[in-house]
Amino acid sequence: MTSPNETSAGMQTTGAKGVDSASQSLQRRLAWRSTLQAIGMLPVLIILGVVFELMSGRFLSFQNLSIVMQQASINTVLAAGMTFVILTGGIDLSVGSILAASAMVAILASLIPEWGMLGIPAALLMGLGLGLVNGVLIAFAKLPPFIVTLGSLTAVRGLARLIGDDTTKFNPQLPFAFIGNGTLFGLPWLVWIAFAVVILSWFILRRTVLGVHIYAVGGNPDAARLTGIKVWAVLLFVYAFSGLAAGLGGVMSAARLFAANGLQLGQSYELDAIAAVILGGTSFVGGIGSIWGTLIGALIIAILSNGLILVGVSDIWQFIIKGLVIIGAVALDRYRLKGSART
Amino acid sequence: MTGSAPILEMKDISKTFPGVKALTNVSLTVYPGEIHALMGENGAGKSTLMKILSGAYQADPGGEIRISGQHVTIDGPLAARHHGISIIYQELSLAPNLTVAENMLLGREHKSGPMVDRRSMEKASQAILERLGVHFRATTKVSELSMAERQLVEIARALIADSRILVMDEPTTSLSSRETEALFKLIRQLRAEGLAIIYISHRMAEIYELAERVSVLRDGSYVGTLVGDEISAERLVQMMVGRDLSSFYKKEHDAHQSRGSVMFAVRNMGDGVRVHDCSFELHEGEVLGIAGLVGAGRTELARLIYGADLRKSGEVFLLGKRLSIQKPEDAIDAGVVYLTEDRKHLGLFLDLTVRENVNVSVLGRDARMGGVLNMKAAKRRAAEAIRALGIRVAADVVPVGSLSGGNQQKVLLSRLLETKPKVLILDEPTRGVDIGAKSEIYRLIDSLARNGVGVIVISSELPEVVGICDRVLVMREGRLEGEVGGAGHPPVTQENIITIATGVREAAE
Repeated sequence: MTSPNETSAGMQTTGAKGVDSASQSLQRRLAWRSTLQAIGMLPVLIILGVVFELMSGRFLSFQNLSIVMQQASINTVLAAGMTFVILTGGIDLSVGSILAASAMVAILASLIPEWGMLGIPAALLMGLGLGLVNGVLIAFAKLPPFIVTLGSLTAVRGLARLIGDDTTKFNPQLPFAFIGNGTLFGLPWLVWIAFAVVILSWFILRRTVLGVHIYAVGGNPDAARLTGIKVWAVLLFVYAFSGLAAGLGGVMSAARLFAANGLQLGQSYELDAIAAVILGGTSFVGGIGSIWGTLIGALIIAILSNGLILVGVSDIWQFIIKGLVIIGAVALDRYRLKGSART
Repeated sequence: MTGSAPILEMKDISKTFPGVKALTNVSLTVYPGEIHALMGENGAGKSTLMKILSGAYQADPGGEIRISGQHVTIDGPLAARHHGISIIYQELSLAPNLTVAENMLLGREHKSGPMVDRRSMEKASQAILERLGVHFRATTKVSELSMAERQLVEIARALIADSRILVMDEPTTSLSSRETEALFKLIRQLRAEGLAIIYISHRMAEIYELAERVSVLRDGSYVGTLVGDEISAERLVQMMVGRDLSSFYKKEHDAHQSRGSVMFAVRNMGDGVRVHDCSFELHEGEVLGIAGLVGAGRTELARLIYGADLRKSGEVFLLGKRLSIQKPEDAIDAGVVYLTEDRKHLGLFLDLTVRENVNVSVLGRDARMGGVLNMKAAKRRAAEAIRALGIRVAADVVPVGSLSGGNQQKVLLSRLLETKPKVLILDEPTRGVDIGAKSEIYRLIDSLARNGVGVIVISSELPEVVGICDRVLVMREGRLEGEVGGAGHPPVTQENIITIATGVREAAE
């Protein structure tokens, strides 16, 4: 289109010598920023691990680390779904309630003689369906995500109690109990599942068209529409995915407990999931973030709970310390975004 | 009035933005009891000058502002208000959920002790409203008022603050002719009360009717002032335009010889509000300009064609086939693409990389089964775009937000070109772009036209329109008011365009 010699001259300018000091400092700043974003909270995770080891002497054993990962697993799955939602600039407050409803469905279906394994798909379908309802209300009715999922937080909690007759349902012969308590190659199944969800999430976000569209919608929804991206499809997907993840969380939770209770199960899990995403450096306004950050965020939360218990901090102080860590992390998030183009 | 001392003197005002000199040594003198019109093309510096007066911007050191002969420093909106300066902006700045009185006294609420004294506020406001002779009361909620009435609230707010200098920026844009008449009566009344009114407008008819003096800005410089009988449309147009065509506009394709058949047609396009009944045709390999003043409805027309906004009427034909464009995806699929005028907010994904921004429209076309990204194709496309358009960037994985304006624009353009469009609608393609990138963009437009693409260029820069377009449609108040350059139409000149755009002919009648 333009004449070849002119453009190649332009390229040489950037490649060889023409980089003036201003653009050099810009590049340094960019490099610094992307490094910060890539490493994210990993140093915090490591420092916390070292401190707890020094204070308790029992933290860094294989057995304890396996417990930490197991404790982190359900939150990791929920937070993976939450990452998709927050990347589009939305929020899903209903995951704890969806987890409870799905776990209840899993237990009830597992009681069907001979067909107990149906509990797994039933719970997944429950989560997917509820997530789709959120998605339809947000993508088509154009209601604010906070309000829609705040509503379903309450309504689905009621639904979970309704399904279980407001009692705790047990199944001591749970056919998929291995998920909650068994191990594979020495690691708990729960950990494998969480890791698989993280890998799947990474693949969708970084290796598919849908993934780029998710970042695009979160970064600039108006431009996304003008670019011809089906914004409604992206929104529908992320809330459905978050619901599905919560459904999977329900299976994991039911398998671990052999039981489900509509009233108590999954209470305030959405807050831990959001905290993990934010700790992982995903921007609350959307468009920036990664699933690896979320994984680290979920591990930090699990390590804090585990380590504070090991060290002997009281339950009350655990709450206070966890809350302060989250606020500190968000402050860091602000610092990281400073100097970038977004407001 | 002429005998009295000036109330406002702005001397040698300059304003530099990063990379752009918006104003160069502009001077403006305004007397009490006069209506002083300020004219100039889009981007001539009128708004910048008024923002300096209102404290929204700080002028570069070296200039001076005097009010009633006293040197003053206006370092913020509060200082401007203190010196008796009020500005009524195009976009009204009222809080619709509050009452008229609350709006008029926003930030200066009357108090009795620690409490807001509503009764005193309403009484003071009502007195002003009665002086203006309006029909609504101080206790009315602003949300219940029409646009014209809201404008009156703005004026009332200026009066209650004891303003002596009132700046009105295109105050009649959203008013009917009856409302305009009433507003003019009021403006004359305020002049009689001794206020100085700086009146910004593009409409010649209004200037004739109201102004005693007209000052003209062009390219950020003061051109001159006409007084009384000197004011004529011809003189004003000449002063607003009068500059040489620089040679850097590229036009190697010759539309009049090689112009193909009609490829694209728009019929009766309208949204019922800002665009009415627009019809036109575009030929293969033609560069068609759409000119007009800011607010004439050019961008709105383009967005309607592209399916970005809801139509009330209108059809689009490509190569004789009627297109069903409901949303932007449909337009892109059909080969009609649109470059937004606002690349930061409506165009680019600033946090995504150059590679992702170039590819985002064609990811689906390139993808492997199941929507898996074709990373190789994306990399190749990005590399080709960087080479073909001469995008200066160290690597295609830097966020596009870190690039200069010209390079950002080239990234956005290459995204559109990746879709292999047949019709390209470019809205202000060189806005915020440095001179080098500008000429590269002109060359690109020229080469696209030579390859048979139909190009529509919306631009507020008249030299640009005249320089690169084969034919120009001129919009005014939502309608295609005239055409220059086509067979049987006047030639493409800045004078001919601005004559149609401002409605001089109408006013001269």
